[in-house]
Amino acid sequence: MAGREEIVAALSQFALFADLSPPQLEMIAGELGEAYFADGTRILRQGLSGSGLYFILDGSCSVVVNGEKRAELKRGEFFGEVSALLERSPTADVVANGAVRCLVLPAPEVHKFLIGHPPLMFRMLQVQASRLAAANAWRG
Amino acid sequence: MHGGAEFGVMSDLPRPFPPGDYPVVVVGSGPGGLQVSYSLRQLGVPHAVISADPSPGGMFRRWPLFQRLLSWTKPYAADGAGSPRYERTDWNSLLADEPEARALQATHMDGASYFPSRPEMEANLVDFAARAGIEVRYGCAWESTARIDDGSEMRFALTTSDGVYRCRVAIFAVGVAEPWNPAIPGIELAHHYADVRPPPSYAGKRLFIIGKRNSGFELASGLLQWAKSIALASPTPARLSVVTKSLMGVRARYAQPFEDNALGGGCVILDAAIDRIVAEGSALRVHLRRSSDGSALSVEADDVINATGFITPLRDLPALGVATFGQSRLPAQTAWWESATIPGIHFAGTITQGAPSLSKNGIPPNSGAVHGNRYNSRILARRIAETAFGVAPLATPVSCDGLVPALMREADQSADLWHQRGYLARVMTASTDHGIADRGMMPLTAFLDEATDTDGVALTIESDGTGAIYPVLYVRRHGNIAEHRLPDNEMADFTTAEHRKAMAAAVADLGT
Repeated sequence: MAGREEIVAALSQFALFADLSPPQLEMIAGELGEAYFADGTRILRQGLSGSGLYFILDGSCSVVVNGEKRAELKRGEFFGEVSALLERSPTADVVANGAVRCLVLPAPEVHKFLIGHPPLMFRMLQVQASRLAAANAWRG
Repeated sequence: MHGGAEFGVMSDLPRPFPPGDYPVVVVGSGPGGLQVSYSLRQLGVPHAVISADPSPGGMFRRWPLFQRLLSWTKPYAADGAGSPRYERTDWNSLLADEPEARALQATHMDGASYFPSRPEMEANLVDFAARAGIEVRYGCAWESTARIDDGSEMRFALTTSDGVYRCRVAIFAVGVAEPWNPAIPGIELAHHYADVRPPPSYAGKRLFIIGKRNSGFELASGLLQWAKSIALASPTPARLSVVTKSLMGVRARYAQPFEDNALGGGCVILDAAIDRIVAEGSALRVHLRRSSDGSALSVEADDVINATGFITPLRDLPALGVATFGQSRLPAQTAWWESATIPGIHFAGTITQGAPSLSKNGIPPNSGAVHGNRYNSRILARRIAETAFGVAPLATPVSCDGLVPALMREADQSADLWHQRGYLARVMTASTDHGIADRGMMPLTAFLDEATDTDGVALTIESDGTGAIYPVLYVRRHGNIAEHRLPDNEMADFTTAEHRKAMAAAVADLGT
């Protein structure tokens, strides 16, 4: 059952939202849209403008660059932040592995959303820093 | 005696579509059911239509409560009733090939407003059903659903109040119209939007409205002159369509409570989560927590109205395996409005707002409204005709020199693209063997995800929330798709030399 209560309960378990109070989570649940993607559906499309920031509620996704799988994202993780922050088209496809439910924030609203929730912005920065560290380690 | 006999003949008329086997069964007689039935018939797909209602109209037989719709019809805006451009400003008529069944809404309006009243919209739909000759078995309520697996193909059995209907393809156009109540302690002390009483009964009352979307502000607007005070509350700040420059947010028609609030008229708009509702003597007290800092407050009211919306009345379809999502419990769908989990079950009408879309820049399709989903219904009917009934796919030849003019004409005239921005696309394919072919309208994602190496182009009209409206071409060459945004234009004139040049450059040598 996918009422707002369920969304709030899910968000409260995600590390990204750990510093926010229940009323703030309720507000965020109303700011985000919910979308369902069947197995194999492209959620983010490499090269197409105007996407958004996605948080995975259920299921997992593959990050695919030029047809090659680069990473897998799971429940509680997010994607689309690079293109939303840099106002660029995504540089990868993100494809649903099985059924996927996401919360989505349109790219034009990301700036206001992050400014409005500084603890979330800090957590997101931490995740980005660890992704960058992993990428640097990969390059050796 | 003679008159009595006439009435006798009326009531003895056989109702159409008795229970039995049909290739397709459509459930519902609102705009979605009527449009998809009309479109199936035009393609020669035999089908039955059943409806629990006594007459056409669907939700418009009851709602909106305060009489006028949010969708306009401008009889004098464009090139005359029945032209494609006319449909851009007639959001309420259903689509027909015959002139006598087209552009009917304006013929039922009295000029008092460009928003039809609820009875005017209902009259428009009743008239369409009559003129287009849409047959429906009214008073036949769908009750339950089963799958029949007889080895050769999957079929469905729909049990109704009149008996069992069996079909290969089922299309549910049952609206998003089942009142939904959030799990708030004490919610039983509130009444739902669907059960709002006549306005005079709220005279002198203190009203508390849960929900800050259109239905909440519709109530507040309609009751400003009756209520003693009105408070509206939900956790998330309300947005206004004139700010989002889209249909997202509260419509301008319902903006009066914002002005009343700003000028101190007695209307309060709160961003707060509702904790619980308790009875205090003859009054009610609503306990809230502010979204900003979590601090508590409470509001006393005589009536609490729950305007938190509606869910999709899917009955036992979820138990059958139809996946649903979101606050409205919409069925998860493919790009072609088929259940993402149970093939053969399709959806039409406002339920198609649950289908996947790019929603570029946060602008969703208008599938929730008639002016969007009427086009979905037409495409759905063709899709079903092609995939299940052997109707040949559209592939109208276009000369090489004709491609750019065809795209220009479509950008200039199309109402489908205009209303379903960034969602529906006009598609042309090009190959050295078959030349250029016009493939008609389809969902943009269907074009983008088509597993083909055939070159092609999809034309959309899009907007980005800044107020700009512009055509976009998605050009596929050797399996790779490139997006070309064309210039916007204050007068929505996409026939300029600049547009022609940009289109020609984008599709140059396509298919070679």
